[in-house]
Amino acid sequence: MTTIHVNGQALETDATADTPLLWVLRDHLGLTGTKFGCGQSLCGACTVHVDGKPMRSCQLPLGNVGDLAITTIEGLSTDRSHAVQKAWMELDVPQCGYCQSGQIMSASALLAGNPTPSDADIDTAMAGNICRCGTYPRIRKAVHRAAELLSATAGTTK
Amino acid sequence: MSTHNTDNSRRDFLKISSLAGGGLLLGLSLSGCSKPGPLGSEGGQPVAWLKIDAENGITVLVDRSEMGQGVYTSLTQLLAEELEVSLAAIRVVAAPVNAVYVNALLGAQITGGSTSVRDGWDKLRKAGAQARTMLMQAAATHWNVDIAKLTVEGGNVVNGNKRLSYGALAENAAKLPVPTEVTLKSPKDFKLIGTPQKRVDTASKVDGSAVYGLDVKLPGMLHAALAQPPVLGGKLLRFDAKAAESMPGVKSVLATSSGVAVVADHYWQARKALAAVKITWEAGANARLSTEGIRAKLRAAAARPGRDVRKDGDVAAALKGAAKVVRASYELPLLAHATLEPQNCTADVRADGANIHVNTQTQQIAQGVAAAAAGLKPEQVFIHTTLLGGGFGRRLEVDYITAAVEASKAVGKPVKVIWTREDDTTHDAYRPPAYDEVAGALDANGKLLAWQLHLTGPSITARMFPAVVETAIDPFAVEAAQNYPYDVPNVAVTYNREEIGINVGYWRSVSHALNCFVAESFMDELAHAAGTDGYAFRAGLLGKQPRYKRVLDAAADKAGWGKAPAGHFQGIALMEGYGTYMAQVAEVSVEGGVLKIHRITCAVDCGSVVNPNIVDQQVQGSILFGLTAALWGEITLAGGQVQQKNFDTYRLLRLPEAPPIEVVHIDSTEAPGGLGEPGTALIGPALANAIFAATGKRMRSLPIAKQRVVTV
Repeated sequence: MTTIHVNGQALETDATADTPLLWVLRDHLGLTGTKFGCGQSLCGACTVHVDGKPMRSCQLPLGNVGDLAITTIEGLSTDRSHAVQKAWMELDVPQCGYCQSGQIMSASALLAGNPTPSDADIDTAMAGNICRCGTYPRIRKAVHRAAELLSATAGTTK
Repeated sequence: MSTHNTDNSRRDFLKISSLAGGGLLLGLSLSGCSKPGPLGSEGGQPVAWLKIDAENGITVLVDRSEMGQGVYTSLTQLLAEELEVSLAAIRVVAAPVNAVYVNALLGAQITGGSTSVRDGWDKLRKAGAQARTMLMQAAATHWNVDIAKLTVEGGNVVNGNKRLSYGALAENAAKLPVPTEVTLKSPKDFKLIGTPQKRVDTASKVDGSAVYGLDVKLPGMLHAALAQPPVLGGKLLRFDAKAAESMPGVKSVLATSSGVAVVADHYWQARKALAAVKITWEAGANARLSTEGIRAKLRAAAARPGRDVRKDGDVAAALKGAAKVVRASYELPLLAHATLEPQNCTADVRADGANIHVNTQTQQIAQGVAAAAAGLKPEQVFIHTTLLGGGFGRRLEVDYITAAVEASKAVGKPVKVIWTREDDTTHDAYRPPAYDEVAGALDANGKLLAWQLHLTGPSITARMFPAVVETAIDPFAVEAAQNYPYDVPNVAVTYNREEIGINVGYWRSVSHALNCFVAESFMDELAHAAGTDGYAFRAGLLGKQPRYKRVLDAAADKAGWGKAPAGHFQGIALMEGYGTYMAQVAEVSVEGGVLKIHRITCAVDCGSVVNPNIVDQQVQGSILFGLTAALWGEITLAGGQVQQKNFDTYRLLRLPEAPPIEVVHIDSTEAPGGLGEPGTALIGPALANAIFAATGKRMRSLPIAKQRVVTV
């Protein structure tokens, strides 16, 4: 058995060391919010936070996870209260929605390190996440909106 | 406890069924649950569009698949408008399979063809009005007052200062006859329709709780990976599973009609074990099929005269006598759908029935295919439609269902089959390729006298719905060609069906994407030959087409046609499709050979609008879908195998590459038009025409990246 730290909990899994974290989360731990899109780190649907950094879980073998803190979409907040989730709802970003867990994890990681991203910052941070429905215009707006919400929460002015 | 009256619900449904045969679809059941299905699955037999329980819980069963286009919201709005309840008060669930849910525009329970709102517009408003009338009648009886004295508000029937909730009235209302004649609200009284309502599915899509096919969990469920013949149309000859069978978690290695499936406790175990199976395939008839071969075959077939799609005047004579004749040929490639959720299906097959959990656009066909594979009757198969991680026509196919059914039947447990991205890209039913020849005749003043369009390509409908094409031309091959809108006295459109040996499928906007590219690019060629510009040339030929003219003008106006900044160039294109009129202007620059798309302007007249929020989403999304195809989209074949495997070789648009899109809505009270698709077809020609303006080079085939004119 392997113990990994997901969404603040220590969870045990009998998955083998070579199993990608994506399938450990989905198949062994029942956390299906993280999606399978390409299996090759090309689409970003499987993005999770690893010690706060956005990573593609389809290319991260369980054996390499160790004590790293994993956060999935289910752990971003328990009540959709994260600023990114709020902004996504306010602007009605998702269409089919399949990529959106990954989009939200990339956006939240961006904002954690850069609370006021420029369009160029958003381009760089979000380029790894494909949305086949073409929600990009709203994603861009929603990242800016989430930055506003965060700044309001932090009590700072822009 | 909720109070249900099963027998009344049954009776209502039987009434509904008999009416459905007559063409009037009336679906209504107020009392909710009917008898459980063969496997005790929720709902069992269908209850049409609405359930109201005693606790005032209102459930709408949406009979179209939610694949991002917003039907769970827009169709619910139609019913809620007449029921006078807010969307927040309603729970939305997917409808099961039943004749009552047949899409009248397509003849089956299908989500496609941008038909959902058009089909539901009268039907669902009427259902809402019927339910409201029955609830009011039940209240009138209860209070012993004239129904005319009653009003409804917020899920209650109101009589002065007395109120009865819909929930309290539901049981008695369900015993009343369903009124056949009801008065629908006047558009001026609409509270929901026409307003930008928030989508009902957004919350579940921002917290990971939305359930797509991939996310289905059943007790005791096993997982399977599938190996399909690498050559399209190939066959499994034999396999050696010795090594795989002893691998951890593996339960079974079996031949399915799709290929070899490995069933295991967990998906990764199945994937690893599948790699250890030694499989021998027979390539079959496509062993030497190549893109070049397909192109040559279509070109050769184009020499045939084809069947008449439209014939106005005498094109041959007009071409002969014209001051100027312009001719060109266009070629378009195969494309994959590339839904972000790869194909998957979960089947639970038992002796007396089956539950199929699947992200399908075509519930009835899915049921039939699953029943055949399970050896059951269709009525023993319950289709649970999950959310779809993209559809775009891919999930009108049922090729990803059979293996799950066969595997579940073989192992006696629920089995989920998941295709890899590589499986998905290499085993699609591809957007057909085309080879089209087009000619135009201009008089000495640059006036267009004749238009000739000769289409050649394979038919999707011939495979999917063969009866349709027994005598008629495939209607989904000649869209945006048959309805050539310009006022030209001589028009000839002909079509040659030429099959290419592989499955072609319905791909967002279907033949509009092919024919609009050719027609609207060539209109631009003619404008250039006539010494005018794309806007003026079209505008001069639209005197009899006010809806076309209005969107053309609106797009040109908003885009600042002819007033682009120095170094920027514009292209315009126009189309009607799915009852929606649309024009797009693309503005580009080319510096150092690199294409930059500065902005896209889209004017849309889709008739009566249900939800402007979703219109905006669909227009933007459909344009970006078409932009991906125009820039990079191409599936190629060598040795009968698809050469693109994943998103490194089948490139999709990414966020930094998405240009700003402005949408101009034209107010209209006409019947609603479809919105999911037209935008996809128009961006290609608008962009190609802008590139011509910038470079003088005409894009007579796609993708643009392959033309070596600009770097994209």
